[in-house]
Amino acid sequence: MTAIDAQAQIVIVGGGQAGGWVARTLRDQGHAGAIVLVGEEPHPPYERPPLSKGLLLGTAKPESTQLFPGEAWTKLRIDHRAGMRATRIERSAHRVALSDGTLIDYGALVLATGARVRRLPLDGAALPGVHYLRDLADSAAIAADLERPGRLLVIGGGWIGLEVAAAARKRGRDVTLVEAAPRLCNRALPPDLAEHLATIHAAHGVELRLGKTVTRLEGQGRVSRAVFSDGATLDVGAVVIGIGVQPNAELAAEAGLEIDPANGGIVVDDNGRTADPAIFAAGDVASHPNDLVGRRIRLESWENAQNQAIHVAKAIRGTAGGPYAEVPWFWSDQYDVNIQLVGLPQRWDRTATRGDPASGTFLVAYFDGPALVGAAAFNAGRDLRFVRRMMQLRVAVAPERLADPQVKLQDLLKPAH
Amino acid sequence: MTNVTFHRVAEATALGDGEARHVEIGDRQIALFNVGGSFFAIDDVCTHAFALLSDGFVEGDIIECPLHGGKFEIKTGKACAAPCTEDVKTYPVKVESGAVLVGIPAS
Repeated sequence: MTAIDAQAQIVIVGGGQAGGWVARTLRDQGHAGAIVLVGEEPHPPYERPPLSKGLLLGTAKPESTQLFPGEAWTKLRIDHRAGMRATRIERSAHRVALSDGTLIDYGALVLATGARVRRLPLDGAALPGVHYLRDLADSAAIAADLERPGRLLVIGGGWIGLEVAAAARKRGRDVTLVEAAPRLCNRALPPDLAEHLATIHAAHGVELRLGKTVTRLEGQGRVSRAVFSDGATLDVGAVVIGIGVQPNAELAAEAGLEIDPANGGIVVDDNGRTADPAIFAAGDVASHPNDLVGRRIRLESWENAQNQAIHVAKAIRGTAGGPYAEVPWFWSDQYDVNIQLVGLPQRWDRTATRGDPASGTFLVAYFDGPALVGAAAFNAGRDLRFVRRMMQLRVAVAPERLADPQVKLQDLLKPAH
Repeated sequence: MTNVTFHRVAEATALGDGEARHVEIGDRQIALFNVGGSFFAIDDVCTHAFALLSDGFVEGDIIECPLHGGKFEIKTGKACAAPCTEDVKTYPVKVESGAVLVGIPAS
């Protein structure tokens, strides 16, 4: 695999977490040429996790989310084209067209275009007071509405909806959360843990409506009422819709790059490279092979946006030294509960529970035959790290040993003598 | 060299190899580590987001933050894995009569 020339101009499309880490790592790895970062938002790259947590609670400030604050950013010497979109890739000419008509040459192009929120086709969804959450402006608008009286209606019982519900309860708002599926986090959690999470939210005063949908939002000049599929109505002060995201892969598709039909992401190899040797993709938009999971995946996670981006920058510099393959890891903070997940288990026939779920601090590991395929931890992040390492190293672990609190997890990581 | 005052924080036998402990001296939160029989002390709060490194995962002389997986060298405090880019402070440590003492610079 040939490295891109150190003097070449590298263009990164997408100014989020992935784009930011590609830029920084290129410099760390000695790239001397120009680096152009094209981003739609006015800000330098920032981290999104606080948008649904600390920023809504008022415990974090918008500037604290910045990926490389102050001098760290200016020292990278990035040609940041803020408020700009890439509209077209001219692959044979090695250049990208921007929304202002500018054409930029590239030696290598990195697509870190991320994902955008899925919209709910609903009457009244465009009323003021109805929000989605993806960027800093969305977060600020929701935080401002949490200052207003009136009930918050959250549509969608996934991570974003649950974090917003938790923040709103902590700020004293009445909250109703409606989820079309019969349980929370339908894709990410098995039924028993979804139930555990529902119990936590109910105990904190969230009114949960599972297996229900909203058919219409109403209001004069601002949303004030929701109508449900069962005919029920609810007076609301604000609405947040969190029903997932979809990858921004159109730019790549229009340039003839392959899109994964299973997940909508840009198809890349284990170095983040597309079939075009000068074009790479990283972060939420990249569909990549993962040997540890055993299939091609597209991840919407903070960690993947960071680490895949770092890997892609190294691949461009010729210093990657191996494939990108990590055990997927994800976390969420709700009230005083830190939830962490590893792996993407699709099926399992055995579980091992370490710690007592009634205590609030426990971990559940999933086994498919003898193989450890995933785990979920509630306030047990440290234990989860050991489980993750077991998966990364493919260490054989007996479920009963993992469940035994007398057995130290670090001892399970040691090779058997 | 500023003056350093040593504070007794633990019995040396209380911390096994590869183990970490949270200690507080005044309003400082410090993580104490035993790496291969030697003791080291660094600031316990991660420089990236609020998390206690002493709750983290020790591998050799590296501590991995329990929150986001950033890493620091226990012996030097140097940030060595993303998202951490800012080092943590280190403190001098000595063992006297079976007790571990951590040195705090006089302010």
